[in-house]
Amino acid sequence: MALNAKIPEGPLKDKWQNYLAKTRIVNPANRKKLDVIVVGGGLSGGGAAASLAELGYNVKVFFFQDSARRSHSVAAQGGVNAAKNYKNDGDNVYRMFYDTIKGGDFRSREANVYRMAEVSTNLIDQMVAQGVPFGREYGGYLSNRSFGGVLVSRTFYARGQTGQQLLLATYQAMMKQIKVGKLTQYNRHEILDLVIVDGKARGVIARDLITGKIERHSAHAVVFGTGGFGKIFYLSTLAMNSNGSANWRAHKKGAYFANPSWTQIHPTALPQSGEHQSKLTLMSESLRNDGRIWVPKNIDEKRAPGDIPDEDRDYYLERRYPAFGNLVPRDVASRAAKERMDAGYGIGPLKNAVYLDFKTAIERLGEDTIKERYGNLFTMYEKITAINAYKEPMKISPAAHFSMGGLWVDYELQTTIPGLFAVGEANFADHGANRLGANSLLQASVDGNFILPNTISNYLADDIRTGKIPTDTPEFDEAEKSVKDQVAKLLAIKGTMPVDQIHRRLGKIMFKEVAMSRNEKGMIWAIEEIKKLRKEFWENAAIPGNENGPNSELEKAGRLADYLEIAELMAVDALDRKESCGAHFREDYQTPEGEAMRDDENYMYSSAWEWQQGEDWKLHKEPLEFTEVKPTVRSYK
Amino acid sequence: MKLTLKIWRQENAKTKGKLVTYKLSDLSPDTSFLEMLDVLNEQLATKGEPVVEFDHDCREGICGQCSLVINGKAHGPEEHYTTCQTHLRSFNDGDTITIEPFRANSFPVIRDLKVDRSAMDRIIQAGGYISSFTGMAPEANSMPIHHDIAESAFDSAACIGCGACVATCKNSSAALFVSAKIGHLVKLPQGQVERNERVLWMVNAHDDEGFGSCTNIGACAMVCPQEVQLLDITRMNYEYNRAVCLSAD
Repeated sequence: MALNAKIPEGPLKDKWQNYLAKTRIVNPANRKKLDVIVVGGGLSGGGAAASLAELGYNVKVFFFQDSARRSHSVAAQGGVNAAKNYKNDGDNVYRMFYDTIKGGDFRSREANVYRMAEVSTNLIDQMVAQGVPFGREYGGYLSNRSFGGVLVSRTFYARGQTGQQLLLATYQAMMKQIKVGKLTQYNRHEILDLVIVDGKARGVIARDLITGKIERHSAHAVVFGTGGFGKIFYLSTLAMNSNGSANWRAHKKGAYFANPSWTQIHPTALPQSGEHQSKLTLMSESLRNDGRIWVPKNIDEKRAPGDIPDEDRDYYLERRYPAFGNLVPRDVASRAAKERMDAGYGIGPLKNAVYLDFKTAIERLGEDTIKERYGNLFTMYEKITAINAYKEPMKISPAAHFSMGGLWVDYELQTTIPGLFAVGEANFADHGANRLGANSLLQASVDGNFILPNTISNYLADDIRTGKIPTDTPEFDEAEKSVKDQVAKLLAIKGTMPVDQIHRRLGKIMFKEVAMSRNEKGMIWAIEEIKKLRKEFWENAAIPGNENGPNSELEKAGRLADYLEIAELMAVDALDRKESCGAHFREDYQTPEGEAMRDDENYMYSSAWEWQQGEDWKLHKEPLEFTEVKPTVRSYK
Repeated sequence: MKLTLKIWRQENAKTKGKLVTYKLSDLSPDTSFLEMLDVLNEQLATKGEPVVEFDHDCREGICGQCSLVINGKAHGPEEHYTTCQTHLRSFNDGDTITIEPFRANSFPVIRDLKVDRSAMDRIIQAGGYISSFTGMAPEANSMPIHHDIAESAFDSAACIGCGACVATCKNSSAALFVSAKIGHLVKLPQGQVERNERVLWMVNAHDDEGFGSCTNIGACAMVCPQEVQLLDITRMNYEYNRAVCLSAD
């Protein structure tokens, strides 16, 4: 199938308005005849669920947490971007668009990015109206901070808990729609398959994580707001139960997976301290506004950080990138940290960290100001490490964070399966090869609230006479059977290797070869190791208990089975792309100074992979056309 | 470190539960409390025994999904921590630790340490929102809000909905949880329009869900991971009485 991104006509700045003017919409009286399933209750899924219910569609929302308020959007700390230009610092929609395109190393779809910047201003209005207590100036107006990769201040924030506050606003909008009867929530439910009828997404097979019951749910359209799959690395900033399973099962039913290997490795997470560690807690990028990153100049430095004078410190970001300094984008900051650590300058007992130091900022602004800006982050840091970061620098390290890749979607956010839409981190289009800080909350929210509700109507307009989709059909029978068979197959393994141990081993392979720095030999090795591990999983995984009730090991095993396949596609994707761009850094394609070397002549496309049962994936290329910007060498020097 | 764990095991809400003893050794003080349970579960899985079911997700103290009463205290020994932020360095080598679920009539046990906290969702459904639909909002800066008021609203809004306040309260009251949402929304100008019905609906929903009444003990605020203040409960009572008087007119 040839890819059609369905980009509307007209100049970039008019495309979204042209689309809205011409797209088909559904009469309010007909919306109550239409059912929509939303998978995921976070900012993207929850925003879509609430907004669609407000429009009058019948919406069912599914999520695995006990409450939608716990979706992992909750953990985003630093902020959300919007081109309001409240700071009078020269910001506008075009500049935001350009920063995002450049940040993504010219590997994102121009029209989608422009639209995201364009509707960003509406989002702040909406969130304020719903009661988000954003940080404010003393005059009462909204305050902004700076994030990496930009030269203006366009980031709105609620202390270090911006994601939590946006999510709560979205959650509360959902709860309101549940009260008025337009939305039904299915908490503690996991989606294990997509049901396709006559080539269209018409339902899902879900497992109730309490009773173990396998359920059928039908709808006229299905929306995935299922988030990212960075937990594939085991150690990551993601929640323990975040997973890629719904996306993967849809992929196997025909949804193309785009740029799967593009994973953002976040530069400021807490370093690993031991073998049993399950999580790498993120420290917000906003800390780089006031924190300075350094390592000792002396390779066998023994002094405590506070005793090391300035002349013996290497502020390597300020040294290498004087224009942006500590606020270079994440991929650049992570690679620079890796370079220092590989050279032996890492700090801490495992030499796997660098310092993030607030001494200069505290001297300049006082501890109270730093406390107001980042207080909860310093508290969080102390709770985990028992170190007071007002007194000594934080120790930070790169960690797997965000999936720029995801299900391929067109301009309407529809996947290659008609009727299956993907919003937020689950899709791929907006961030290119590297996401800018504070664009994640933005993309999730605008996809769910402002974009999808206006594009899905173009699809649903054909279904006003369809009537309810029955679930007693062969398509549902077959999908349910394949889910039940897989559950039975997992429980029949009865091996001795705990699922988490296999997952940790997968994470190590992936972090070594398919993360910050990649080469051909390493990835060929990784593919072989992944295949071996997959075999071992199906022969020897220890999955106790049964399917008729809560069984967290069974849940984890199902997700890991999918990760063991996603991992291979990530390596295949990274192997195919013989250039460096954004987070995808190929050692074989770099400049003499160690910067990424892009190849626009041969790789100016998004890779969309098609699953072929029993054969290798088939690559489809979506050419990237830039009409308003000229791709340049991305420099932050 | 070596630890002896006495963990509550219960098949479901209808069956009786009991404490079961497990012993773990070779633990590092830097291991988190939930990672210790991971270690135990890996050992159980290897032996083919059902693992200890417990709720957890973000493991950074913000999602509110983790729970547990550890040695009689919700979220463990440290004040204002969540269970996932608790590390073994808060215990001594050789300790015996009792681990139970959050206990309240409104939080039925699902299995082992997992409980059903959906009653809290239903309280929010009753009125814990501002009815501003997508697309309705005016320009964000058209309504200045004093810096200190926004900060104070944030203090209440920070509640993570974990339910430790309920598990700690001798009356199993969710007053701190309800009052945090009321405080968040009533402090802001956007929350004024629905001010009266919100407090009436939410407090009534709280009582209908079987949570107990608040008798001003204050244990809830001692364990709250986000340090929500008792003043929010005072404010809720004021708002409730005010709304009752106004609705009687």
